[in-house]
Parts: sequence; structure tokens; C-alpha cells
Amino acid sequence: MSERGELIEPEVAERVLARALAHGGEFAEVFAERSAGMTMAIDESRLEAVQAGAEQGAGVRVLSGGTTYFAHVDGLDPDDLERAAGEAAAALRAERAEPRPLHAVASTSHAIEQRPAEVPAERKAALLRELDERGRGAGAEIAQFMASYAEVRREVAIANSEGLLTGDDRTRVRIGAQAVARRGEAVETGAETLGGHRGFELFGDDPGSIAEQAAGKALTLLDASPAPAGSMPVVVGGGFGGVLFHEMTGHGLEADHIQKGASVYVGKLGEQVAQPLLTAYDDGRMPNEWGSDAVDDEGAPTQKTMVIEDGRLVSFLYDGLTARRDEVASTGNGRREGFRHLPVPRMTNTYIAPGETEPEAMIAGVEQGFYAVSFGGGQVDPATGDFVFGVSEGYLIEGGRVTRPCRGATLIGNCLQALAAIDAVGNDFEMKTGVCGKAGQKVPVGTGQGHVRIGAMTVGGTEV
Amino acid sequence: MIDVARQAVEATLAAGVSDAEAYAVEETGREVRAHGGEVESLTAATKRGVGVRAWVGARLGYAFGTDLSKAGIESLAARATEAARVADEDEFAGPPDANGEVPAELTLSDPSIAAWPIAEVADLALAVERAALETDSRIAGVEQAVYADADERIAIASSRGIAGEYETSSCYAYVQALAENDGGRETGLGFGLGRGPAALDPAAIGREGAERATAMIGASKPESRSCPIVLDPTVAASFIGLIGKGLGANAVQRGRSPFAELLGAEIADQALVLHDDGLDPAGFASSPFDGEGVPRRRHALIEGGRLRTFLFDTYTAHRGKAASTGNAGRSGYRSLPGVSASNLVVAPGRLDFDGLLREAGEGVLVTDVAGLHSGVNPVSGVFSVGASGRAIRGGELAEPLREFTIASDLVSMLKAARAAGADARWVPFGGSVSTPSLLIEAMTVAGS
Repeated sequence: MSERGELIEPEVAERVLARALAHGGEFAEVFAERSAGMTMAIDESRLEAVQAGAEQGAGVRVLSGGTTYFAHVDGLDPDDLERAAGEAAAALRAERAEPRPLHAVASTSHAIEQRPAEVPAERKAALLRELDERGRGAGAEIAQFMASYAEVRREVAIANSEGLLTGDDRTRVRIGAQAVARRGEAVETGAETLGGHRGFELFGDDPGSIAEQAAGKALTLLDASPAPAGSMPVVVGGGFGGVLFHEMTGHGLEADHIQKGASVYVGKLGEQVAQPLLTAYDDGRMPNEWGSDAVDDEGAPTQKTMVIEDGRLVSFLYDGLTARRDEVASTGNGRREGFRHLPVPRMTNTYIAPGETEPEAMIAGVEQGFYAVSFGGGQVDPATGDFVFGVSEGYLIEGGRVTRPCRGATLIGNCLQALAAIDAVGNDFEMKTGVCGKAGQKVPVGTGQGHVRIGAMTVGGTEV
Repeated sequence: MIDVARQAVEATLAAGVSDAEAYAVEETGREVRAHGGEVESLTAATKRGVGVRAWVGARLGYAFGTDLSKAGIESLAARATEAARVADEDEFAGPPDANGEVPAELTLSDPSIAAWPIAEVADLALAVERAALETDSRIAGVEQAVYADADERIAIASSRGIAGEYETSSCYAYVQALAENDGGRETGLGFGLGRGPAALDPAAIGREGAERATAMIGASKPESRSCPIVLDPTVAASFIGLIGKGLGANAVQRGRSPFAELLGAEIADQALVLHDDGLDPAGFASSPFDGEGVPRRRHALIEGGRLRTFLFDTYTAHRGKAASTGNAGRSGYRSLPGVSASNLVVAPGRLDFDGLLREAGEGVLVTDVAGLHSGVNPVSGVFSVGASGRAIRGGELAEPLREFTIASDLVSMLKAARAAGADARWVPFGGSVSTPSLLIEAMTVAGS
């Protein structure tokens, strides 16, 4: 259970909210945060860049007549909070609302078995040394290997003038491995990560295997030839393949884009946007998943939201402000990077639900195509729907079989066309961790799916 | 802030380390977002923090925090010292010595930031939106028009005699305009940069966003082929930023740069001249000294077609038996210093933009790229990124193009750079870059 008394006292919160509304406004909120983290890296087999950070501060916002007034300060002393409230309200001249008395709402934070801060630093260092040894041991052609470790604990408390007082205690850990393989002139890289809204127990089950996976990708690419260029069927792998859905659909469903007319999904609610074999969710409640939280950064409980049901678009993703405008309830997607940022509608863990096709059968159905096993990342313009993905591991499909690996491929297309072109969804499933950037803010997101086939998509390679 | 930095150094030395350095930042900033003729949000920000490097012999640790009370700084000192004890020894990790060189006197802050109240900068954001809407009837709206500024005071002190402090201000405004035509929607970015709001031209920013959006109406995919490419300054800047990363000595020494073996070699056409200039008063990355207190300078990186130098901080200078070029960068108090370019400046050429198009003949003008963080292999320099722009036919702009990729590698691209335009401008992509449009003789275009 959450006991946030130590982060912000209810009496202080009430005083700050009253101060925030002193010059008017319909709604006020204080978001208080204390975070502490540690990162370290291994490079050239040397443990380096050991860093420890601790920050605390608060952001106060006031909503009045369509405008958000926001101020943030470092520090959590009552004086700091009142200063933030005063600055947020400084430019405001409007009708005054009385804040309601606060009622504490308990939230159940995701369970953490082994607090990373209580694990000796030497064990974290030992984990990185193991990754290094296994990455380098994966093949004589591994020329470089790097790995990193990151832990952060973020305690947040949220109080608003509607009487809500709640909070969350979030601990995340993540490791990453990156390998460089070299053969003569050819240089290739491979990367893999493992993370969760979890404690050090995440590393109980062979974490070192990600080092071998990263090295394996780089080694495979040494045999790669240039990727083809042109339009063809594409089979996308499970796990991080889900970044495709994240970019192609997820961003366009965020209600701020919808309300500004800056999304290709405007006016499509209730319409068939994909073939009936496709159902997809955003789920911020998945236990200990990377993109999960108990409550979002406005204090709304996170939830499982079906966004596409049998190919039909059934929900957008809302934070409090956009929900108020559309007169619906928040879907618990109001997220912020930290106390220095305003909440905006963001995805949590987004995934395509498993379908019925065996991945092998999906590939067997392609005469000439491309198999994108994993991506380095992607980007979309939600307004135009144009997206692009960098393929980090890809192969040609020839005669229904996966043949040679390809380097330097990019997938490019338009959301609505590509989503409608998904003609098979695999019966396998995997979640992966990502870091999503929007409005200058980075938040942890989970992406998932099984294998998915897109009937036709542009592969941007160098071989015309 | 210099007092905070000095206190942190004292506290860290008292924790039993051999050397210490503290980097302290205090910042105030504002942001206004406008949409639909109204102010969507107003943000007032204050930010302060300190980051400490602690050396225990040849081991280096780092800690940062926002609690600048005596107890907060003592806790920071203890955490930095603990971090150092975890790290492995590294013979090159030592701090820079103050060598008596006097940093340049630079005026980096603009009084118009303090002089313009929030209501006036809010009007500026609204004016940017209005300008975009008034440019063309096909502009259906803007996603948002944004104004932001920051006034920063930065101080550094160390046990090796480094001590300095400076103030810098910056501001920008941008608009993402939306153009609509039968069912299709296009976006266009307009932006302006300056040290203070007085330097921004809201009408020009709005017009640029609108023109970029309307130019894309009716865009189609180009045919897949290899052809001449013109990169406009916003796109050229992104690639110049990638080249700047590859020229950092850290990537070079660790065998992770496509330029590692090319010092002194011919790597570019004579048309491309690139400097790293940490002292240009117009560059946002300019400062009297870098992230570890070493004076900033101006260096030729590519001149006469040859690669002249890599960029060094103190660590890579020790390791490469070279001198620091004053290129230790920091992204605030939260980060350890590391090699990075300051301002990358591409020398403008003689041809105006139309001249560049004529020179290109038949090809593609690229006005936007996407997916740079996933589409570029920083070790090999091979890239394939999403792009949009215009066809070039008979030396003139023709139909708009979208949903294609351009592919090459950074070294081949430099060698194929045939001409630089006369239209240099500062661009906030790829770091802080000033560049004109560039004509590249050939790149692979993948479309239909």
C-alpha cells in the first residue's frame, strides 16, 4: 500500500492548491516527485561512468478557460511548493474556484521484491562483467562490446482541487548490451535490452543471455548483403516488432493529436481501420511490465483499454485535460517525464493481441518479401500518418523461405494503408521495452505482438 | 553559482578523494504554447542542480542532485566518492589542470528576455500561429505554435584550479502548420532561433511553416533510383550532426567511428568546409569554456577536402597524447562530460538555392528526414532514413514527394558533396549547426 505522507503532507497540499487558485481557475494540481537512481556501464571491459543521481521537486498547474498555467521548482519544502503555486497563478486573472478537501486514495504500486538501491554496487558491476564476458565470448569477430545498467526509483504524490490525493512508488531497472562485429571492412552492430517495472529480481533468470543475443545479431549481419529497395510483403517479428503498431497506430490515437485534427484517425472512431483479425490494447496495468504504473501522472488508475476490436477502432487514449474536452473519463494515459513536465496523453504498454497464424506459415505464404525481425526504432508524423522504421535485423524471404540477411533496411509507409494491409497475425507473443519521445518528454513504454504480416510495404535499402 | 560549485568541491575533497570537480547550473525559463488563437499553456520554470566528479586515484565517479543545502551537498559528495570506488581504474581519467589560458570574453545573453513580460512573449506565439494561418487558405490549422526561452548561469570549479562562471540565454519559436486538401493532410515546420525574443520574426516563422506544409500537398512516391540530391539546411544539419559525432575522439579511439582511420585523408569534396566553432556568438553551444572548464576554440574539421582533426575532451586528449580541443560537452548537471561538437559550421558557397537546383538537374530536394535515431549505423556510417521533399526536373522544383528513403553512408556522402549553397542558417537539429543547402551528386532513393 502507498503511504505518501512523507512526500507531501495533506495540509501542505491543501494550502498549495488554495494558493494556486488564488487568482482564479477551475482546477489545480500539485505533482510532487522524489527520484533516485544509479547508472553504470562497461566498455572495453572496463567498468566506467558510475553515476548516482537524486532529484526532488514539484510541478503545479492551474486550468482556466482552456489555458494551462504551469510552474515547477526544485525541492519539496512547503516554501518551494508555495512558490511554484504562486508562479503558476501569477499570470492568471479569472473567477475563483474553491478547492475541495483532500481524500487520500490508496494505490497499490507494483510489487518490488529486491530494491535495487539495497543491492551492493559490486553486484551490479558483476552483472555487467558477466554480460561483457558472454558478449565477447560469442565469437572471435566481436570487436567491441558495451553494456549498461540503470535503476531508478520514482516516488510521486498527486493532489488536486477535486479532492484527490494519491501516489505511486515506481522502481524500474534495465540493462542493455551492444556489440560491434568486424570482418575486414565490414562493421555491424547488434543490440538487446531487458527491463521492467521491477526490482533486481528481474535479473534472476540468465540476464547474460542478452549479451549473446546482441552479439549474435551483429555476427549475423556480417554475412548480410545490401537490403532491397521497393514495395513488397513484409513479415514483422514478435516483441519489438510491436514498435510498428506503437508508431503506426498508437500515437495517432492519443487524444491531443485527435482534438487538434492532427491525426489520420480523426473521425475514424467506430470505423473498420484494419482487417477483422486484428485486436489491440493499451494496458498500463500489466504486472511489472516496463510501461506499467499503478496510477498515471495525474493520479488516475491505469487501465486496460481496447483500442482496436476485430479491426474496428473503438477508443482513443486520454489524459485528464483531453478527457474533459470530450466529456469522457480519462483512460489513465496522462503521463509525464517528471515534475518539470506537463502531463500529455501517452501510451503505456501497447500491443497487438495474439492471432491464429503460425509464424512459419506466415512466411511460407510469401513468394518474394522481407522479414524484419527487430527494429532500432521508429518515428511517425501522426498528422500525415507517414512513418519510418530502422530495421536492425532483417532477412530476405524467397520462395516462402527466409534466406539471406540484409543490412541497412528501413521500412516506410503510411499508417492507414499499412494497418489495413496487415493480413496475418501470429499466435506467438512477446513484450519488449522502449523509450518513447513526445513533446520533448521521454517515458518508458512497452511494445508487444507476435509475428505480423503486412501485404505490401516500402523497404528502403540501397539495392535498386 | 560558483560558490555552490566551490562548496561541492570542498565537501568532496573532505570525503577523502584525490581530486574533485563540480558543475553547477541555475536556470529560469518560460514556455508558451498557442493553439486556435488561444494560449494553451504557460510554463514558468526554475531549475538548479550540481554534478560532482570525484577521483579516487585513477577511478572516477559521478553524482548529481538538486538539494544544494549543506547536507544535500555532503550527501552528493559521499555518493560521488562511493561511485568512484565501484569504477575500474583508468589511467587516462584524470582531471584537466588550469593552464592559465584566459577564456574568450563572450556576450551570450540578451536583455530582451528579462525585458519582455510573459504577456508579450505569449503574443509572439499567437502571432506565429496567425502568420501561418494567413499565409495560405489551405492551412487548416496548426498543431501548435510554441515560444520558449531560458536564461542560464553555469559555474565550474575544481581542485586543480579551474574556476569560472558565465551566463547564457537562448530562445526559439516554432510552428507545426497543417495543410489540408481532399482527404490528405500535410505538416510543415517553421522555426526561428535567437538569444532573446527581440531576435525572432514571428511572421517569417509562421510563413515558413505554412509554405512547407502547402508545398507537400498532393505528394506522391518517387521512383526508386540513384540520383543527385539537394539537402535543405534543416536536413543537411541532421547529417552534419552525425558527422560531428563520428569526429569525436571517443568514438575514434574505441573503434566506433567511420572516420577512425581517415585523419589527414581526403574525405570530402573541396566544396565542403566544416568547422567546430565554440566561440561564434550566434551559436547556442558557444561558451567561454567547455563542460570541464577548458577554453572553447574554433577548429577546422574538414578543409581542402581533408580531415584536419578529431574533437577532444581531456580524457581522450590524455589517451590520444593530444591536447583538449575544448570539446567536453554536458547535457546539464545530470551528465558526465563527454566529447561532443560545439557549434558545427559549414561554410556557405557561392551558388544561390536556384543555382544549386540547376546544378542538380534531375534529382530530388529533401526537405525533411525521419528515423535518424534508428536508420543510421553510427559505427559504419551506413544509413537509410525516411524522407520527403520535391522532385527536381530540368533544374527546377517539380512535384512534391513523400514516403521514400534516402540511403548512403556518411563518408560516401561527403565525397559526393558537389556544392554548398549560399543560404546558410542556424538549425537546432544535429546539435547546434549552421549550414547552407548541400548538393550531393548521388544517393539511393527508394520509393515505388
